[in-house]
Amino acid sequence: MVATSFDYQKATSVEQAISLLQSHDGDAKLLAGGHSLIPTMKLRLNSPALLIDVSKIEELRGIREEDGHIVIGAMTTHYEIASSDLLAKKAPMFVEAAKVIGDIQVRNKGTIGGSLAHADPAADWPAVVIASGAKIKIHGPDGARTVDADDFFTGFYTTAVGENDVLTSIHVPVPPKGSKSTYAKFPQPASRYALVGCAVQLTMDGNKVSDCSIGFTGVSDAAFRDSNAEAALKGKELSGESIQAAADACADGVDIMSDHFASEDYRKHLAGVFLKRALENLK
Amino acid sequence: MATTINVSVNGKKYQDEVEGRLLLVHYLRDKLRLTGTHVGCDTSSCGACTILVDGKAVKSCTMLAAQADGATIKTIEGMAEKGKLHPLQEGFKEKHGLQCGFCTPGMIMTAANLLEDNPHPSDEEIRHALEGNFCRCTGYHNIVEAIKYAADKSKGGDIEHADAKELEKPLFEVPS
Repeated sequence: MVATSFDYQKATSVEQAISLLQSHDGDAKLLAGGHSLIPTMKLRLNSPALLIDVSKIEELRGIREEDGHIVIGAMTTHYEIASSDLLAKKAPMFVEAAKVIGDIQVRNKGTIGGSLAHADPAADWPAVVIASGAKIKIHGPDGARTVDADDFFTGFYTTAVGENDVLTSIHVPVPPKGSKSTYAKFPQPASRYALVGCAVQLTMDGNKVSDCSIGFTGVSDAAFRDSNAEAALKGKELSGESIQAAADACADGVDIMSDHFASEDYRKHLAGVFLKRALENLK
Repeated sequence: MATTINVSVNGKKYQDEVEGRLLLVHYLRDKLRLTGTHVGCDTSSCGACTILVDGKAVKSCTMLAAQADGATIKTIEGMAEKGKLHPLQEGFKEKHGLQCGFCTPGMIMTAANLLEDNPHPSDEEIRHALEGNFCRCTGYHNIVEAIKYAADKSKGGDIEHADAKELEKPLFEVPS
């Protein structure tokens, strides 16, 4: 399969990428690892006139610690995240999730920024950035801004990234002492996308849950934070009873997707099962 | 608008003008005539088109030739050295890791990436590493055995390359 004809240009800076986007008036796309965009272009679901390759912009790569946050450059690959010692030490949920994305080949090429900006409703990263309380930095024609992960995913394949914006980095607060986190997913057997993925971060005060955040992906048309399930856990001990209560409360009041892989009822059931598995991991 | 790319493929340097939409797999197969890299599903699922780009396994049906500018590429044609099979190629032969052979180049390139990161993988780690490579003949069992053969062979440092000529001999004599 061959994409429609387009021009290809390598951007050397974020500013150059933004001005190229502006000059093409909605007819240009940013190319990161290309593992979502190139397949859609081969199927001709997408046919931009210009592809702006931002993967080689140095400032968009790498993982570093800064002011109590781990900053992950948008063009950092899943493989680089999976093998980061800094993340393994400070925010291990990112390493755990990176290892179960796609397959070796996809992890070598796909990037966290590309995945977040594409916002596939079954992608893994959205649940993880929500549960970790990350902020996402976006550069646009009027400068930079940060958006909370909770507010970033606005709908089916849509995000807070505007037409002439570049997602530049992900800022993950280093979890406080006593925090535990995990990501549990049910992979679609062929694509390895999450039929349901659940990321949980808990902070314990003694044996009680003092704070918790739960992100779901694959369940609805956009990843979301599940405050009902969180409420069922806060202030409680992590026990069979509280875990069941959280599983019963989850994915309530959201539009649940249905497709030939999983019906609405089955997906809702899976959401409970995978929240339970994640919480059991953290017990 | 064409772009100029400079790539090194199996140790040889190339400079070419490519159209933006030209996929890396078509550049390798149609322009360089390196047809050992196969196009299977053409939708980044099956892994038959896997090659090494800067040492990392990549599905070349999901990468533009233009993205490879400046890269060092290795395809299945670059695995054997001086007429001697790579231990992975030898393993696939010895352990009957293939039937039709269509998926084999991709399997070998992915396995090369695995053994680079993890020289002594367990069965489970090998199976996990092959998630992105489909084989429709063997049931994977002998592919895992083939990769273990290569891993065992490289234990203790230097990889002993088998003599390709020796391996070309028939496995048994056909009675005349």
